[in-house]
Amino acid sequence: MAKAKFDVPELTEYVDVPAIAEGAMAHLSPFVAKPENNTDLGFPGELVDDWHDKTLEKLNDLRKRYRSLQVYLDACVKCGSCTDKCHYFLGTADPKNMPVARQDLLRKVYRRYFTFAGKYFPKLVGAEDLTRETLDEWYSYYHQCSQCRRCSVFCPYGIDTAEISMAAREILDSIGYGQKYCNEIIAKVYKIGNNLGLPKGALADTLEGLEEDVEEETGIAVKFPLDVKGADILLITPSADFFAEPHVDGLIGYGKVLHEAGVSWTLSSYASEAANFGMFIGSYENMRRVSRRIRKVALDLGVKRIVFGECGHAWRVAYSFLNTLAGPFDFLDPDYPVPQHIMEFTWDQIQKGNLNIDKSANDDMTLTFHDSCNVARATRMGDKPGGQIEIPRNVIKAVCNNYVDMHHETIGEKTFCCGGGGGLLTDDLMEIRVKGALPRMTALKNVMEEEGVTHMAAICAICKSQFTKVLPYFGMDMDQIVCVHQLVSNAIILTGQKTEDDAQEGEEAQEAEA
Amino acid sequence: MSFFFAMLFYVAALILVLGLARKIFQYAWTPAPLKIPTTPAPVTRSGVVLRLFREVVFFESLFKSTKWTWIFGWMFHMGLFLVLLRHLRYFVDPAWVPTWVWLPIELIQPFGIYAGFAMVVGLIGLFLRRIFVDRVRYISAPSDYLWLILLFFIGFSGLMMQFVSHTDIVMVKQYFTGLLTYSQGELPVDFPLIVHLLLVAVLMILFPFSKLLHVPGIFFSPSRNQVDNPREKRHIARWAKALDKQETN
Repeated sequence: MAKAKFDVPELTEYVDVPAIAEGAMAHLSPFVAKPENNTDLGFPGELVDDWHDKTLEKLNDLRKRYRSLQVYLDACVKCGSCTDKCHYFLGTADPKNMPVARQDLLRKVYRRYFTFAGKYFPKLVGAEDLTRETLDEWYSYYHQCSQCRRCSVFCPYGIDTAEISMAAREILDSIGYGQKYCNEIIAKVYKIGNNLGLPKGALADTLEGLEEDVEEETGIAVKFPLDVKGADILLITPSADFFAEPHVDGLIGYGKVLHEAGVSWTLSSYASEAANFGMFIGSYENMRRVSRRIRKVALDLGVKRIVFGECGHAWRVAYSFLNTLAGPFDFLDPDYPVPQHIMEFTWDQIQKGNLNIDKSANDDMTLTFHDSCNVARATRMGDKPGGQIEIPRNVIKAVCNNYVDMHHETIGEKTFCCGGGGGLLTDDLMEIRVKGALPRMTALKNVMEEEGVTHMAAICAICKSQFTKVLPYFGMDMDQIVCVHQLVSNAIILTGQKTEDDAQEGEEAQEAEA
Repeated sequence: MSFFFAMLFYVAALILVLGLARKIFQYAWTPAPLKIPTTPAPVTRSGVVLRLFREVVFFESLFKSTKWTWIFGWMFHMGLFLVLLRHLRYFVDPAWVPTWVWLPIELIQPFGIYAGFAMVVGLIGLFLRRIFVDRVRYISAPSDYLWLILLFFIGFSGLMMQFVSHTDIVMVKQYFTGLLTYSQGELPVDFPLIVHLLLVAVLMILFPFSKLLHVPGIFFSPSRNQVDNPREKRHIARWAKALDKQETN
């Protein structure tokens, strides 16, 4: 078990709603961005002197630009429906991690300065002055929200705390109080092309290595092309897929599927990142700037389609926002959705019978599936609502014999975030990451004990990294997290590939001859 | 007294209508730059209408969440709705409205007499929940309790008039239909009626400045009212279009 400087919650049969413990997580804040991290993104380097006025100015600006913010700040009736829905509250008991209380940190300032009741009767409606402490509290608690939208499912008005968190983070950025993790990463995308800062040479080496690995294993030359002009498909995938475990096994899976489908495809070094951290910091401008790299590459390479790899928030920005931010994509093939998810692509290939599958290759595992929060609650796959929940399961069931779902209150639209989403996947926030993983870990442990589940599949780079790190805290094994396309990769028999059975038959034939 | 209430209700109605119109205009005018429906979401406009209908009439999301809040909340709101329909008979002369509109209302109206109880019971449930559930207590401001108390006394005073000390309702009706035609009648001076009308006027005046804005708000909530079709149709806000114009790739 990993060593922790904090108490790791114990797993029990159910996640009990805790009694509130005020201030339980008040000590936790992520590292503050260095000045250059902020200025790279067009924000002031350090906290500006007139932060008070600038904060209110930005809040006023945002509520005029975002209907969601304006309506959500007004409409909450404090019914309490969301109070026991956030994984961070369930894991920490800190009342400010209840969605409504998290919103109220911003709402009380909105009321104080922008509403009649708050201006003249602040005590009555819980309005409060904006102080230096308010900013610190925002910085702390708006970085304890993974923007997973679980609260919005249960809110009678659909109030989405993610929208409030994004607004708060954008306000903080605009006054020079940015978060190191997110801002550093976005700057890396601008300078190098991906979150991890992998330059073109490193990417090329990695891909070459993968080609060798696959050929060694299967005897088939599966290509992982980079920056190929005139390819049909541009594959955009989270940069973690290029080297992290288990992510890279997923990338091998995409490669094999695309190879078998017989399409020409390419990765790009300029847009070598599916994730878009611009969303985490609520900055339309930065999100747009990252997105437009994809447009530029699609035009430069002259591709006809864009396909995204396994990633949660990335798929949200891709599915829901890409057309808005970087469209119109009228220069691409209109017969295919823009963009398309690799899961849609693979499921289509499976249905057409283009893939030769040996399900028994995954018989050493019993699987369950973790719905990534932003895929489940902020996107779609396929034509029908809920395709984002069905299609990944269809693919898993098509390549595995043993599949079991976790408790129905913890999957689908009610899925729990892994605990590391929304710009929290950084070591300085490990405490909230571990505690926030409690509901998912509980559901996983239950199916492990009751159904003999051995592995959990995911379709998000953040989920995969988060679980790899967090599973050991709960006495489980980091290898229990797998990619869906890793399962596909295991089961796929490439055209011309010699299987073990073939090899055995061959040996038997030789023996008979002898 | 009659004159005071006449003025009070003219002012209250004006504030309610103008205040709400201002907020509705603000919500409608503020762009929603990104597609953010909480998914799985309808992929057609009619699907969205259905989703909002379920949300407004059945409180679908609240039902998914917590049954106690749902039961009390729904009892209160449905009770209030029936009571409001019942109250139409005090302001509206059936001759003013076409029969096909009025007939269903008239058929529902008898239920309105008892719906007042559901309303009050719901409010008591919500109040107790606010006090006894530590999480809800934590998020409650004084105004959150006061709203429940105000609504409780509106309901309670109304039930008093219906079941305990009858008010001359014909006179009340003459008074209010009179207000609509700017001709002033007399209001019976009964304590429950005075309390009832006073509190209703307070509610009308505070409505546009309070959390009661959840009433128009729900219809403008992007997570509920957007069609899930971002790939099929490019969605772009006015201010975002301006960014596109600044740089043409």
